[in-house]
Amino acid sequence: MSGIPDLVTELIQDFHGGIHPPDNKAQSLTRPIRHAGLPEALTLPLQQHLGQPAVTDVAVGERVLKGQLLAAARDRDSVPVHAPTSGHIAAIAQQAVPHPSGMNDWCLTLIPDGLEQWRERRPLADYRQHSPEALLERIREAGIAGLGGAGFATERKLRSTAGHSIATLILNGAECEPYISADQALMQERAGEILAGLAILAFIVRPGECLIAIEDNKPQGIKAMKQALQEILESGAWPLECPVRVQVIPTRYPSGGEKQLIQILTGQQVPQGALPADIGVLCQNVATAAAIYRALVRDEPMISRIVTLTGAALGDPGNREVLLGTPVAWLLEQAGQDVGRTLRLIQGGPLMGFPLPSTQVPVIKTSNCLIAATAEEMPPPPPAQACIRCGHCEQVCPMELLPQQLLWFSQADEHEKAQSHNLFDCIECGACAYVCPSHIPLVQHYRHSKGAIRRQHAEQLSADRARQRFEQRQARLEREKAEKAARREARARARQQRQQQAAEKPVAASTTTAPPEETGATAATGVDTAALTQRRDQASAKLEQLQQRLDKAREEAPESAPQLERALAKHRQRLEAAERKLAGAGGAGDHTTVQTSQREPTQ
Amino acid sequence: MDLSFLTDPSVLLAVGALTLLALTFGALLGYASLRFRVEGNPLVEQVDALLPQTQCGQCGHPGCRPYAEAIVNGEAINKCPPGGERTIAALADLLEVEPQPLDGEHSQEQIPRVAVIREDECIGCTKCIQACPVDAILGAARQMHTVIESECTGCDLCVDPCPVDCIDMKPIEIGISQWHWDKPERAGIIASDRLPATGGDQP
Repeated sequence: MSGIPDLVTELIQDFHGGIHPPDNKAQSLTRPIRHAGLPEALTLPLQQHLGQPAVTDVAVGERVLKGQLLAAARDRDSVPVHAPTSGHIAAIAQQAVPHPSGMNDWCLTLIPDGLEQWRERRPLADYRQHSPEALLERIREAGIAGLGGAGFATERKLRSTAGHSIATLILNGAECEPYISADQALMQERAGEILAGLAILAFIVRPGECLIAIEDNKPQGIKAMKQALQEILESGAWPLECPVRVQVIPTRYPSGGEKQLIQILTGQQVPQGALPADIGVLCQNVATAAAIYRALVRDEPMISRIVTLTGAALGDPGNREVLLGTPVAWLLEQAGQDVGRTLRLIQGGPLMGFPLPSTQVPVIKTSNCLIAATAEEMPPPPPAQACIRCGHCEQVCPMELLPQQLLWFSQADEHEKAQSHNLFDCIECGACAYVCPSHIPLVQHYRHSKGAIRRQHAEQLSADRARQRFEQRQARLEREKAEKAARREARARARQQRQQQAAEKPVAASTTTAPPEETGATAATGVDTAALTQRRDQASAKLEQLQQRLDKAREEAPESAPQLERALAKHRQRLEAAERKLAGAGGAGDHTTVQTSQREPTQ
Repeated sequence: MDLSFLTDPSVLLAVGALTLLALTFGALLGYASLRFRVEGNPLVEQVDALLPQTQCGQCGHPGCRPYAEAIVNGEAINKCPPGGERTIAALADLLEVEPQPLDGEHSQEQIPRVAVIREDECIGCTKCIQACPVDAILGAARQMHTVIESECTGCDLCVDPCPVDCIDMKPIEIGISQWHWDKPERAGIIASDRLPATGGDQP
């Protein structure tokens, strides 16, 4: 094989473990990539990537053009969704999506009109005339998410290189998981697009060198890429100074895992919790590079992808270029699915994929492969047996974890201990479960533990927030109480001051015809007694006169009530007049008035 | 009795040296106890961190922190229905006591819930706003009120004060973004033991 010399001389370091499952890729590579065509309806989930779902930008009934933005990115981790063809929006509703939970999620339904009418397109004739920043913004607007599997926003990943000098830009064409051949088909047929995308990536991140990594079980892919690269280099069309070459790597699952591939090519391990950019490496999938080329040079946002349709239950397996949102059932029918023989329908590969809950789900940005497997091909897993501590799982773990130890912790719900044994370094490649003689679904245990830890973490965060809010509320209530008390005290002090001032101006008080009741009541509040006695003495003469008048009035009261009333009214008028004058001189408050007027008749 | 050794200079020296040492270290310790005094009881903080912070008062205390203080002062650890078995286990672990089942009068473990106001029935009385321990209800007098769902702890305290009964407690539904994989069934010692006895067709 042509790749062997490369292997011997250039392979620097190997990763730990790994397995050699039958690759089963040949059946889907017998024919070139075909266009799947236009289904009757496209279902576009708002979340086709990692991170926050996109936000709809269109209304039901609206006519949309091919490539038009349908849902905008919510934040930097989010990825927009575009119309794969022209047509109108029939619904925005919860529908079945390809997700292991089997739950529904928000989707746009687009009914194509078959006109394939594009929105206005602004292709970049020469991307080198633009700044890397402008190119990154275009990548973001084109809705490109990593096509290798996880679906992380590509622009975000490229931005992670900011502030790091990138020594190696790796283009990942390893495609190590069995059955999947989408990247290989792309490399065989569209090597030019991939290399053009690589050139753009290299223009943005300015790496020291570019490596295109391909497993040695894809000789045709290697040949096509080498040939295309040769042509570009010879024609002088490679725009950059940095060296670029195709690096053949040995076939072993999971060599296509980002961390494993970096270790194979550079000998470096990505530290825990760090990004590849931290060690000067950037890794992108070959299909992502081709998508970047299309988005920038042709102004074609991410509206389609290549999907491998395979499995023994399909009469016509192969790779199809599929519009996003195409129903899986429609695709499988095209590929001649024998529904009766299909035992399991899997999205992704047999090791990392998940069974689809229904065939009504659409193809999304991360759907790289659909396997309609028969019972002979993928028999139902035998029941799990107890762990016999054989240690095979540890031998194959590419992350050098202790799968058996993690299993014990996970089974016993000791998630913290699992976490301290680096559970979150697990890439869920499934190599451990593949070799397990007891058929223990190890990866599912780890996924469960990871989910439980994430949920616990989220609960802890919300509990902390609740505590903070509770404490702040308590503090606020205390503060309000203290402020109220302070206000009350301030009012009392002000009243005292006013009374003092009134007492200091006895002249003003004595010149008025203040009735004795008034002074008596003020004295009852017990403020400045000395001043008040003085006032009382001055008013005592008046008091006597009034007393006499009152007595007379009482004698007459039985017969002449109106007279008494008039006398009382007169008294009140006088009191009010006196009060006004007192208030003008900073006199007593309201309650004294009430007291005096009540006391008045009894005297 | 011969006490003449007391006047022996070497004995005096030893007694003097020891006294000096005792005074020095006494002063040091006294200073340290003032200088490095721990504010509050650190154990209360730890207990409080384990409680779910629902602030619901079902334990009989006005909030999680008062209950944490009560626990440190010897109250039972099984009075927190929102926390359930997990909180009890964590508390038992921290305080090194035996975990107990959830206290009978404190009902059964609660599923997480959130308060929802039927907004067209709300009369805007602000009673629920005053009852909410975490300020998760928005509104003003004679204006419609609403619950900030992400901040609601599901404590129930707003339900009783509502004069028109327009507050419902709804269980929180797990959405697609919160979903996680189920725990696989644990393997038996002999796997075939668990299969139904259908006869013949099992190996």
